[in-house]
Amino acid sequence: MTLSALMPVLDRYFWLHIAVIAALLSLLFVLPEYHSGIMARVMVLVVYALGYNLLFGYTGLLSLGHALYFSAGMYGAGLAIRWLDWSLFPAFFSGIVAATLVALVIGSLALRTIGVAFMIVTMMFAQTGYLLILYFNEYTRGDEGFVIGQAARLIEWGSITVDLSAPDNRYLAAWLVLSLCLLVKLILVRSPTGRVWIGLRENEERARLLGFNPYRYKLSAFVISGIYAGIAGALYAILFGYAGATFASIQYSILPLLWVLLGGAGVVLGPVFGTVVMFYLVDYLSEQTSAYMLFVGVVLVVLVLVAPRGILGSLRRRLLHGLP
Amino acid sequence: MDFWPYLLLASLEGAVMAAVLALTALGLSLVFGVMRVVNVAHGEFFMLGAVLAWWFSSVSTQWFGISPALAFTVAFIMSPLVTAAVALVADRLVLKRLNYQPEATIVATIGILYIIQQLALTFYGPDARPVVAPFSYRVQLPWFGYSGYKLFVIAAAVFLLGLVWFLLSRTRAGLLMRATQQDYETAQAFGIPVSRVYAGVFAFGAMLAAMAAVLIVPIQQAHYLMGLDPLLLSFIVVIIGGLGSLRGTLIAALLIGMSDGIISVFFSPTLAKILATTLVAMVLVFRPQGLFGDRPQ
Repeated sequence: MTLSALMPVLDRYFWLHIAVIAALLSLLFVLPEYHSGIMARVMVLVVYALGYNLLFGYTGLLSLGHALYFSAGMYGAGLAIRWLDWSLFPAFFSGIVAATLVALVIGSLALRTIGVAFMIVTMMFAQTGYLLILYFNEYTRGDEGFVIGQAARLIEWGSITVDLSAPDNRYLAAWLVLSLCLLVKLILVRSPTGRVWIGLRENEERARLLGFNPYRYKLSAFVISGIYAGIAGALYAILFGYAGATFASIQYSILPLLWVLLGGAGVVLGPVFGTVVMFYLVDYLSEQTSAYMLFVGVVLVVLVLVAPRGILGSLRRRLLHGLP
Repeated sequence: MDFWPYLLLASLEGAVMAAVLALTALGLSLVFGVMRVVNVAHGEFFMLGAVLAWWFSSVSTQWFGISPALAFTVAFIMSPLVTAAVALVADRLVLKRLNYQPEATIVATIGILYIIQQLALTFYGPDARPVVAPFSYRVQLPWFGYSGYKLFVIAAAVFLLGLVWFLLSRTRAGLLMRATQQDYETAQAFGIPVSRVYAGVFAFGAMLAAMAAVLIVPIQQAHYLMGLDPLLLSFIVVIIGGLGSLRGTLIAALLIGMSDGIISVFFSPTLAKILATTLVAMVLVFRPQGLFGDRPQ
């Protein structure tokens, strides 16, 4: 591709995303250690929410079972390290491959349904996955989970060794993956495929009349969204050295929905803001009171009642027209 | 003991579960059938029913010193009524304002789920607490004695289901519900207060879940996280039976309850749930009208 072909992509909104990425990097040098630790975790979860947004915000498909792909990534990487002694990169990729395959199989089944049935099918398959993790607790250690030792979290490149359990390295690794995922998503939603996704969200019949095969495009959105979840899950296992069944539970399927709704569904940067704001609010509230779940519930209800577009969705309507 | 006593025990346990499940799932099925709302907070209404049952029965025994049987009766009347009132408030404050859009109501009921769960944790606490059964009579079977209360649960559930059937098919309220279910626009054109029917159905659905919960608390203790299992199982039952089909819901509750009881006794409860959730997903994918539904949707 020549530079001139890239020009329409490199507009002011592209630079806005670059600025957000740069700001996230600079936070490492500004924030005290406690907060950079939190932000590393948040950035991994943002990757998860970015993928969820591709399916929910852009393609208009509400899945209630994305924890399945997150945990497929987490256990795909974690089990490979624990039982097969794989090193970091092969384990990371085995997590992504696991999530891709699971998303492909479940997606091709679930997409035969629409609307409410789709939501329940995705939820039921995710619940099956969660129960399977509990059932095979000999290998997965079920609810308790297992720790991934520091030895498996080293990148060795000749004489250079990078320890991903060190806070700064962890932050940088999360930032790097997030940046790549964010840029890929920006390119994806502005590509012809991305336009078809949006077309399906707005009016599936019309897209079909124009000659696009809805099933194929929905499946591609589903699988890519699952890959994002898998990347996040595998990265979480490696950076924080833990895999547990909690991450496969229904709650972890609902959280990305909450983050995306709060930040703005159908806006590339929406999940970034949604996740950061929600995570810090919950963190702050759980210090003040034990009733922070009440707050999560109230936020969900208030969002659908008064601000279904979320933070950036509302902003786009007022100020930033055309924000992808 | 050899095989047959085990099978009898498993079938009895399964029948108790099926009875309670049928009541709970019927509530979910009605709400979905009439209002087209997937109520994710249904399990929390079940939990609320159980927690309130503990509260009413312990308050009435401690403060008024009445017998366990009478205290249980008080709980059985009051707890579903209070739960229905909570559901009514949720409908008026939230669901009605969303115009019952399917996706928005799912998100909103997830929010309501968290709110009810957290309020239960704050005011009721993290402990599991039992409600004393109204009587403790043991029925002597050939191989073992079986709790008479559990048999009473089955009978009570069958009686209540009959009552619901009567309400739906033989009364004016039931007629309004069925008319709204078939075509709410035509119903509205004929002067049926659709909005009030919706509110009534939502409250009634929550009430059925709460009744099921009151029946089960003497067997299974009340706990603020107890709502998830009945929610998932009700989903499974409602889907396998065919969304909105009452007859299908009853057959499916019997099927799922019995097989869950039997598989749990002979293999493991987790395996029973894995089979049920996979089955339900497959049914939705390949036979969306349910195993017992008549018309394709």
